[in-house]
Amino acid sequence: MNITVQIPTALRRHTGGTAQVNCSPTNLGELFSILDQQFPELKPHLRDEAGQVRRFLNVYVNEEDIRFLGGSAYAFQDGDEVLLVPSIAGGAC
Amino acid sequence: MANYELRCRECGKSWGNQPRSICDDCFSPLEVFYDYQAARGKFTRERIAGRAPNMWRYAELLPLPENFEPRTPTGFTPLLHAPQLAPRLGAKSLFLKNDAVCLPTLSFKDRVVAVALAQAKNFGFDTVACSSTGNLANAVAAQAARHNFKAWIFIPADLEPAKILGTQVFGAKLVRISGSYDQVNRLCSQIADERNWGFVNVNLRPYYAEGSKTVGFEIAEQLGWRLPDNVVVPMAGGSLIVKIKKAFNELIELGLVEPKPVRIFGAQATGCSPITTAIKAGNRDIEPQRPSTIARSLAIGNPADGHYAIKTITESGGWAEDVSDPEIVESIQLLAETEGVFTETAGGVTVGCARKLYKQGRIQPGETTVLCITGNGLKTTDVLQGKFDAEEPIRPKISEFASYLQRTADAAVGEIPEVVEA
Repeated sequence: MNITVQIPTALRRHTGGTAQVNCSPTNLGELFSILDQQFPELKPHLRDEAGQVRRFLNVYVNEEDIRFLGGSAYAFQDGDEVLLVPSIAGGAC
Repeated sequence: MANYELRCRECGKSWGNQPRSICDDCFSPLEVFYDYQAARGKFTRERIAGRAPNMWRYAELLPLPENFEPRTPTGFTPLLHAPQLAPRLGAKSLFLKNDAVCLPTLSFKDRVVAVALAQAKNFGFDTVACSSTGNLANAVAAQAARHNFKAWIFIPADLEPAKILGTQVFGAKLVRISGSYDQVNRLCSQIADERNWGFVNVNLRPYYAEGSKTVGFEIAEQLGWRLPDNVVVPMAGGSLIVKIKKAFNELIELGLVEPKPVRIFGAQATGCSPITTAIKAGNRDIEPQRPSTIARSLAIGNPADGHYAIKTITESGGWAEDVSDPEIVESIQLLAETEGVFTETAGGVTVGCARKLYKQGRIQPGETTVLCITGNGLKTTDVLQGKFDAEEPIRPKISEFASYLQRTADAAVGEIPEVVEA
């Protein structure tokens, strides 16, 4: 089983310029552990002091917010494409 | 030297002035911070009174480039006393901040875009862009035309026809996305990552959002440099409500108004109510929702400023409510029939929620309360489809009119008006 993770530009200085990571985690927790191992500098940017995913970081799986898929309980499927995107506002009021 | 700069709202790191909305260190949003000392003595009631009636009269507290010369008289919309609507809501001292007539595109979004494009020019962009639920699309398209930018506008495919046409007419490139606004927004953050465009609500967002403060400045000035007891504000991304509070705080800081606690109330449609749901449950953060409401300008299921909106409301002692789609339409009609103001669905949300807040006793009748009407009803006429009968035409003869009156009086409650000599 393999998934791809897209690293946004803002975080690439912590990944040595790497824009895409291929890995085989079963869930979000494992994905973060893999990223921690591969890119130690990235860790504090993804999680806060208490180890929680940062409030303004959104995780998408195949264009769907992971919170709609069960969040940390979601089991990755082969071929999943994961996006890490800062939350931004817009629209109306 | 500019008297403002971007700083991270969470970790406080300074980022100077640049097109950027996110702190690279902690991913939190950036916010414009001012040197209030520099504004002291310049930002006074007297000086402001001598300036043109538009939002640029508050220039010292807006993040504008030094040599900026405004070309569009945006803002300074009417603050209307609402004596007919008041008793219908259980209110006595009720005002409407009427951005349904904001220039140039009839929504409060003109304010934020005006500031964003000033910075877009300053940063040297030749193309501006946005993700939008409609009003922002109109505002960016119009002001891009006026300020000679190319414009790319990204919208959910199912937007109201008037908002689509009202974007295309300005020559903007419109991209319809099969998906919700939240999906459009996510796509735009990816596009903004790849292209050197001024995305008003992505990389220009900290500057853009400051434009919303002018709603708060105007409310205070139009009340005679006095803060209201309550404001009721519609919420989508949650930015406006936070900025109105910031505006009030700045006026207090610089001594233009007497310090006074203002309670801030938020309004959402029940079909997209992540912020009101969090407040009612006592949560500090939102859970995203999949929007399903006719109030498409408020249909943001994952509001980025949700956390700050919740904080602003709860710290002020306010509350948040939501209303159903039928209540939204009824409220649009109520506002139109009582005060002659035709608002879009978001305004219906505000009026409907205000009615609930009075009924619940969260707002007291005698308190001075301002409802923020943020958009124009002519853009969302589709929600009134079927509300009114198609009138049969009559021939241009006086006897036809007499029998028409007879017919309509028989059919409904109407009285036949007396004929009097002119």
